[in-house]
Amino acid sequence: MSEQLTLTPRQRQDLRAIAAMIIPPSEEYRVPGADDDIIQADIIATLGRDTKQVVTALDHLARLAGMPLADLEPAARDGVAQQFRISGGVAAATLVRVVLQCYYRDDRVLGSLGLELRAPFPKGHVLPDGDWTLLDPVKARGGSLRRAP
Amino acid sequence: MKDPVDVLIIGAGASGAAVAWSLAETKMHILCLEQGGWMNPAEYPSTGRDWEAKFYGEWSSSPNVRGRPEDYPINDDNSPIKVVNYNAVGGSTVMYTAHWPRLHPSDFKVKTLDGVADDWPIDYDALTPFFEENDRMMGTSGLSGDPRSPLTHPPMPQQPLGLSGAIIGKAMNKLGWHWWPSDTTVATIDYEGRARCINLGHCTPACAQGAKSSTDITYWPHAIRAGVELRTHCRVREITTDENGMASGVVYYDKDGVEQFQPAHVVIIACNGVGTPRLLLNSASGRFPNGLANSSGLVGKNLMFHPYAQIYGFVKEPTDSNRAPPTCLWSKEFYDTDLSRGFVRGYGIQFGRGAGPVFEAVASEQKGILPWGADHHRVFRKLNGHRLAVSAICEDLPEEHNRVTLDPVLKDSHGIPAPKVDYMISENSRKMMEHGLARGREILETAGATDICINNPIPWGGWHLLGTARMGTDPERSVVNEWGRAHDVKNLFIVDGSIFVTSGGVNPTSTIQALALYIADQMKQRLANLFE
Repeated sequence: MSEQLTLTPRQRQDLRAIAAMIIPPSEEYRVPGADDDIIQADIIATLGRDTKQVVTALDHLARLAGMPLADLEPAARDGVAQQFRISGGVAAATLVRVVLQCYYRDDRVLGSLGLELRAPFPKGHVLPDGDWTLLDPVKARGGSLRRAP
Repeated sequence: MKDPVDVLIIGAGASGAAVAWSLAETKMHILCLEQGGWMNPAEYPSTGRDWEAKFYGEWSSSPNVRGRPEDYPINDDNSPIKVVNYNAVGGSTVMYTAHWPRLHPSDFKVKTLDGVADDWPIDYDALTPFFEENDRMMGTSGLSGDPRSPLTHPPMPQQPLGLSGAIIGKAMNKLGWHWWPSDTTVATIDYEGRARCINLGHCTPACAQGAKSSTDITYWPHAIRAGVELRTHCRVREITTDENGMASGVVYYDKDGVEQFQPAHVVIIACNGVGTPRLLLNSASGRFPNGLANSSGLVGKNLMFHPYAQIYGFVKEPTDSNRAPPTCLWSKEFYDTDLSRGFVRGYGIQFGRGAGPVFEAVASEQKGILPWGADHHRVFRKLNGHRLAVSAICEDLPEEHNRVTLDPVLKDSHGIPAPKVDYMISENSRKMMEHGLARGREILETAGATDICINNPIPWGGWHLLGTARMGTDPERSVVNEWGRAHDVKNLFIVDGSIFVTSGGVNPTSTIQALALYIADQMKQRLANLFE
């Protein structure tokens, strides 16, 4: 496994390309793709302990593509992406997870999902108490504990 | 050389805190050594925007992923279920779901009732007052009167049913199956200095509000006020013995990494079902060549995990997702033995309210139900905030080949040999898990769920570490006696989940702490002749 602790320009280029394939932008939902500059910057800034696995994944991706991923024809690019996810193991799963965890904390994305842009603490959330008469049939049926000698 | 203490407790988690608090009234000099430190709730994940991402790194439930200095590595390569825990004051009560069932009375008599495993040397009634005391100390919420569970008296009302609970309740009613609001250690009203739950979301990686009970905010403040000394960042390497075969103290590494010896008149181990056998095996000596308290050869054997068979799906209605404690209801419909099902013993069911967006995206992508490309956004909106989960928590029967040993290579940051786990899911458990998945599918389909997925087992589900220093009256078939004292070493006690004889089909922490209080009570009653 590579000991490299930062991404090379080529690796950043491939990361951006594969991120766009995982989550492209959407006009319908008014969200950027995962190749968005802000999201890419978040990914790079917070790679931390995942760096080695992501580098391994990108090395694997580079071997599959044989050239910068973005330079491949669309059909070939799709084939490489599929092969990458199938054969990339833990490293590929880590790369995908890193992309997803940064994408789904982006303000624009959370806003599109109707989620508040805040930490859970200290405001918390309100939970409806619910209709406890639903429990009436259970109470009516009753039951007993298995007896122990 | 340090002055000897009367009682030395190793581990400040669920059981160590309970036993320390209970023994404090004796006014003995009690010292607890804990390898972790005090937690700072201001740094808990839910205080930050990246709260979900932290669960994949520094707040992972796996010590191997987390890799904090306070953690020790565990070789669990040869187990389909990976060990999860937390090392700090409070132990794994810092990082748990707060689901709070008790073992049933029948769980203590499985040999008599079903002809498998062994009966416990004590029964449920012996623990009843300690369950009650523990519920008051930990602060439980729930609804008394569940006809299919032992009677409890939670001092706080149950959690709200919420959106998810209502969907599950309706489905269970259609099927005519038992369900009930879970007892939990989540404070639903202000309680003993703890603020009530405000639904921060998934409680497992610690509660910034302090509504979820953990022993650093329940037992420990009381124990310390009563005079117990708690020394943090102190990792015990071994328990030493004297010329009479009695425990004489422990060798540990202090917060600066300096080796120390602490003499003690009584040693109590509270390190969980992996940490305890590790320590006993690391305490081998000329007198105890196979490890301390191991004349039976059973130290480390009979490891029980509770295999979790989880099935989940997505309903059209919104669920509570990350806006509530993760579990809210349980079912005991399939808890007791019914041999027509093809297996002996049974399982509890716990229901999950949902997940946050990052967890949903990662899990669903891994399962192949969240596509890459243009359709990603549509599918994600269909899944996110619509998850319901059903988990069968299966009774794991003791088998000697499921065990904890010392890894010949792997060591912790102090050079202490790390534990190695060898574990297989039994045929009986497999059948039970399949049954649980089939019933879970019925529940989900009745609720209208689609895109159903399974985790069989939940791989990172080794929360419950049980059975590796079992209790019993026969020294050849058990490690400790019926009140927690090692058969081989008369001033050595074990109070954690390793002394379980069988596992039941429920989360064990309530029973672990009741056992710790029971053992403390037995010690107090026998102080005049504790070593006879």
